[in-house]
Amino acid sequence: MAHDHHNAPPSDTAMRVKALETLLTEKGLVDPAAIDTLIDLYQTKIGPRNGAKVVARAWTDPDYRARLLEDGTKAIAEFGFTGVQGEDMVVVENTEDVHNLVVCTLCSCYPWPTLGLPPIWYKSAPYRARAVSDPRGVIAEFGVDLPEDVEVRVWDSNAELRYLVLPRRPAGTDDMDEDQLAELVSRDAMIGTALVEAPAS
Amino acid sequence: MNGIHDLGGMHGLGPIEREADEPYFHEEWEGRVFGLFFANFAQGHFNVDQFRHGIEKMAPAGYLQTSYYEHWLHSFETLLSEKGIISLEELDRKQAELSQAGDT
Repeated sequence: MAHDHHNAPPSDTAMRVKALETLLTEKGLVDPAAIDTLIDLYQTKIGPRNGAKVVARAWTDPDYRARLLEDGTKAIAEFGFTGVQGEDMVVVENTEDVHNLVVCTLCSCYPWPTLGLPPIWYKSAPYRARAVSDPRGVIAEFGVDLPEDVEVRVWDSNAELRYLVLPRRPAGTDDMDEDQLAELVSRDAMIGTALVEAPAS
Repeated sequence: MNGIHDLGGMHGLGPIEREADEPYFHEEWEGRVFGLFFANFAQGHFNVDQFRHGIEKMAPAGYLQTSYYEHWLHSFETLLSEKGIISLEELDRKQAELSQAGDT
């Protein structure tokens, strides 16, 4: 439902936005070129590849992993992934016994510097509602088969604090380097709705 | 603040719909709204908490029936008009003017 437009045809909304931008531009409060730049930045440069690099380093460098779990914000900043909506980061680690899932029930808070902008399902009412009441069901719906005895922990993000899941490194990847490992890490694995799989050999 | 935005645990909202290879913005105006957030934030017209409160003050039925970036647009209009940076009347006039000009 998130991108349906029940109330008004999209063209009305598009026109409303154009009117607002035009008005603010005429008042000298907005520079349309700066908006172009921002859109490009978030479409092409800031995305889950950033988070994947953090994960791959944590898998290959035990000292980094320790720093990351101790102070996520600081350790992520070592990559230069800082800024809006990533001011206070907590990294939660999946283990043999614990699986973590991230949601924002109140809104759609999400770690932009490491994951980019959230997918629509993350922002949708059904995910926000069910991630806390039926996390196992949600995870299963995403195709992850978690053993019964694995504890599921759900982390509800807020405007100040954002979570990143450190997934488990898949078996059979011992001979892979950091860059190769980063390629395996999906956006959903860092939200907790997917696992990282070893490449099919 | 308890309100319609507090969706945790709510029943009956339907399945979680996912889209393969989802674009960041489905329509051009969504990107413009996204950029306007930064522009307004940088101008000091509101902070993140005020921005969210602008969304949380939406009428409950409207909140559930509109999309993510429509929520943002709603918050901009509320906050910018409350602070006297724009008036909703001049925004309406501008929208009518652009529509008449056939400028989509």
